[in-house]
Amino acid sequence: MFTETPFVRTKLRQERVAQTVFGLMALAMIVPLLLIIGYLVVRAWPLLSWDFLVTNPTQGMRQGGIWSALLGTIYLVGISLCLSAPIGVLAAVYLNEYAKDNWFRRIINLAVVNLAGVPSIVHALFGLGAFVLFAGLGRSILAASLTLAIMTLPVIIASTKESLASVPMSFREACWNVGATRWQTIRRIVLPNSVSGILTGVILQVSRSAGETAPIMFTGAVFFKKLTEGNLLAYSLKDQCMALSMHLYTVTTQVTNAPKALPFAIAVVLLGTVLLVNTLSIALRVYLRSRKKW
Amino acid sequence: MTAPRAYSIETKDLCLWYGKFQALVDVGLNIRSGLITSLIGPSGCGKTTLLRCFNRVNERYGSVTTRGEIKILGKNIYDADISLVELRRSVGMVFQRPNPLPLSVAENVLFGLRIHTPGRGLTRAVAEEAVERALTEVGLWKDLKDRLDDRATSLQLEQQQKLCIARILPLKPEIILMDEPCSALDVEGTRGIEELMFELKGRYTMLIVTHNMAQARRVSDECVFMLLGKMIEHTPTKELFLAPRDGRTAEYIEGRYG
Repeated sequence: MFTETPFVRTKLRQERVAQTVFGLMALAMIVPLLLIIGYLVVRAWPLLSWDFLVTNPTQGMRQGGIWSALLGTIYLVGISLCLSAPIGVLAAVYLNEYAKDNWFRRIINLAVVNLAGVPSIVHALFGLGAFVLFAGLGRSILAASLTLAIMTLPVIIASTKESLASVPMSFREACWNVGATRWQTIRRIVLPNSVSGILTGVILQVSRSAGETAPIMFTGAVFFKKLTEGNLLAYSLKDQCMALSMHLYTVTTQVTNAPKALPFAIAVVLLGTVLLVNTLSIALRVYLRSRKKW
Repeated sequence: MTAPRAYSIETKDLCLWYGKFQALVDVGLNIRSGLITSLIGPSGCGKTTLLRCFNRVNERYGSVTTRGEIKILGKNIYDADISLVELRRSVGMVFQRPNPLPLSVAENVLFGLRIHTPGRGLTRAVAEEAVERALTEVGLWKDLKDRLDDRATSLQLEQQQKLCIARILPLKPEIILMDEPCSALDVEGTRGIEELMFELKGRYTMLIVTHNMAQARRVSDECVFMLLGKMIEHTPTKELFLAPRDGRTAEYIEGRYG
């Protein structure tokens, strides 16, 4: 009784194989990341220094640092998120908490999904037409940020809606049945319990907007721009700017005799900035989660 | 208050549709003040739907059409001058699964008061008094007076359900609607809630939806039997279980279907 039959042994063997294969695949996710980061850092090593971050490029990009590109990326990403995050979050609250399930809401949802699927180069052309030319903003930080904002908006709406939907319906019922308005329910219960998810969704868009080249290429990013070094307010909204992603592209394709380490160093800074923001967001999320009461 | 009225809830020819599906058919009911009335009937017969009509919270759940009349404390709640917020304040609801809000025990009790008090009008003294009174009324004060800042979701289920009842009391409701309030609880918890219902009887009109016929028999003074959206029979509980007037009621309480 209760002894292993050959069939049971086969099943156990299959089980072990399955577990090993799935485990290896999960592990395989880490390998490319480590390889990429490791390779980049090793190749970039000779150039990495504090001076590299805070000095302008000189000698036709071949010498100096990346100050104006780094600051440009911070401006573009910051301003675009300041535009898209509030609009996106508020729109998602409307769609998830207020809108009745009718054709109007369905059309908006359809628009959001489709907008999220538009390739970035198409956003770039839209930005060129709408902001640079039609609105007369010219090629500027503002136009480029607006273009990035349009690009990130649908994703922020989608991720915010998901976090709102994860708040149990029973909380809302409890509120409604003591006479809370929808807004009171949202402010006192729904938002406090979904804010960590909402923030995560918003912050993930930092890496996306920092990495995109196409949308800013026609709308505000330039090949070279000299700035006062160390002045964080060196750009104005009407200026054109350099950006890390664009800088990486031009250094690799347009500049001859650039130091071999230069593109790698730019990539490390770009990646490092994004990872830094993501890490901060994870820390913030852990903190907010720990205060969650259910 | 004027002289106590005989009926807290009166409905006439009440019909309700979810989209095209008719969930309530010509329901005419008079629910006596201060008593416990139970709503029984097989799943999907419209008990919960009917319950949700009485504070018009049905309308938050999507496309609902209603026809007919509902009078709460003599006032037609479909009149144009009705404030839903004020209606829901005097008609509280308790749910099947205890649903304490993700706040502390004290804040759960105060939630209703806070949303009905403008600005920061709620003083500390008033708040503390309200918490003590509501928790005492549901019999939780002794156990929880040192745990007022604990998360409400960390309580036992029975305590959570009592807390959900305590949550509606500071608003001084007239009517308490309960939607299968014991079905998530064990025997002890069920007994606790039923004893609490007896305590509250007289001060509040209570309407309880239940699947459990034995419970309807134990707790309620009057009993309403519903089937397929229609009200079949409404009599004193004893009568309904001993001598049902309608054949369908008799078959249901014998357990032929349900």
